[in-house]
Amino acid sequence: MKRHMKRSITIIRTGPQALVEDLGRPGNAHLGVPPSGALDQHSLKLANRLVGNPENTAGLELLLGGLALKANASCTVAVTGPPTEVRIDGRLADSHHPVHLKQDEVLEIGTPQTGLRNYLALSGGIEVDEELGSRSTDLLSGIGPEPLRANDVLHLGTPNLPVGADVVPPHQALHTLVIPIRLGPRDDWFDDAETQLRQGYWTVSDRSNRVGARLSGTKLNRRDGEIPSEGMITGAVQVPPDGQPVVFLNDHPTTGGYPVIGVVDNDYLRFLGQARPGTEVRFRPID
Amino acid sequence: MLLRRCGTDALLIEVDSLSEVAAVRAALENLDGIEELVPAARTVLVKGALTQVRDALKTIDLTKTPAKHSREITIPVIYDGPDLALVAETAGSTPDEVVRLHTTATYEVAFCGFAPGFAYLTGLPEALQQPRLDSPRTKVPQGSVGIAGEFTAAYPRPTPGGWRLIGRTETTLFDAKAKTPALLQPGDQVRFVVA
Repeated sequence: MKRHMKRSITIIRTGPQALVEDLGRPGNAHLGVPPSGALDQHSLKLANRLVGNPENTAGLELLLGGLALKANASCTVAVTGPPTEVRIDGRLADSHHPVHLKQDEVLEIGTPQTGLRNYLALSGGIEVDEELGSRSTDLLSGIGPEPLRANDVLHLGTPNLPVGADVVPPHQALHTLVIPIRLGPRDDWFDDAETQLRQGYWTVSDRSNRVGARLSGTKLNRRDGEIPSEGMITGAVQVPPDGQPVVFLNDHPTTGGYPVIGVVDNDYLRFLGQARPGTEVRFRPID
Repeated sequence: MLLRRCGTDALLIEVDSLSEVAAVRAALENLDGIEELVPAARTVLVKGALTQVRDALKTIDLTKTPAKHSREITIPVIYDGPDLALVAETAGSTPDEVVRLHTTATYEVAFCGFAPGFAYLTGLPEALQQPRLDSPRTKVPQGSVGIAGEFTAAYPRPTPGGWRLIGRTETTLFDAKAKTPALLQPGDQVRFVVA
């Protein structure tokens, strides 16, 4: 049998979209570089802990699961995010639990019934070249590795010993998200921004992606015009002239010219990253 | 100067001019604990270390522009852009004069945005301060050098764009794999020379 210089995996199929993601490259916005990184960082960190990796190790972000891979060397893997079926050479295995793959065994990840993104961590992590200190694929800027394709071979780093069991409840996607939002910086562009946000209701649009969760529903009434481009942070709720809000996610542009009515707390962004089109969204303005 | 809240850990500092933006950026750039510091046309977005930021802003002198530039960069340009004749006509002069004006001025990176490594340079001579094209191009080639309003810039990679293009450079402006990925960073001083 052919010996591999390094431990690796071969992608058999990717599902709708499979990306290498770690915790991203924040701190480069002044160069026009988005933060990128896993949309549901909580789930990536859990997956990494389960296989003994540091939390910021690169794993795979799988839109609607669906990935299959072959292990070219033995490794430990864990699948997190929404509950989904995991099989090894056809045998059922657990998600949200470390699973051992022997050389040449095939891992298959099913399509989750709820939620959007599964995360796969592999012991040692995905070893692709870092760009600006991160291995994450940034779909807006084209920084980081290309989206994965069938037959891609990914090298793995040196594994650590798993540090012990985590208690890991699977991510439960919600039918309705009630999202705390802090007004500003441009709430003065809106007539009573707080009431408009509190009384409006939206659904997640199917045009949402890693750049932003696009919401469709109540029109937010705002002043006409544009602001000279200004810095944007992840979680900013930008309101274009059509009044339909966009919540910026990790691959968001670093500057923008539409007013930001409010900012969603970082802790809640993962729920938007897991929200399927049609999920109902309401905002709860807080101080 | 107006401080606008931006979530729990960021502030948008709004000022009246690009020179005040530069003053705010310079006053904050060496504070510990800052996660992002993003200058733009009339604002500076700062994330992290908000207590120290607020303290630093209490004593800031917005008329004081940063004395020294961290880096000085020269970019060779081949002045054969598709809009060079239009720019000359709008300025009421000749293509040669446009080149002379563009290469005589000294520019400063006011801010980056739009795409990784896309630097908005101020210091453009008044005759070259011209509007964008009526209809933007769907693809501007990498390295294109253009002007728009009070800014000039070089495109780090092919993107759509409406700037009037006067030339092109073969200099690499952004390489994500390099140790210093962006050639131009806020505060840098820049000159263009004929390649």
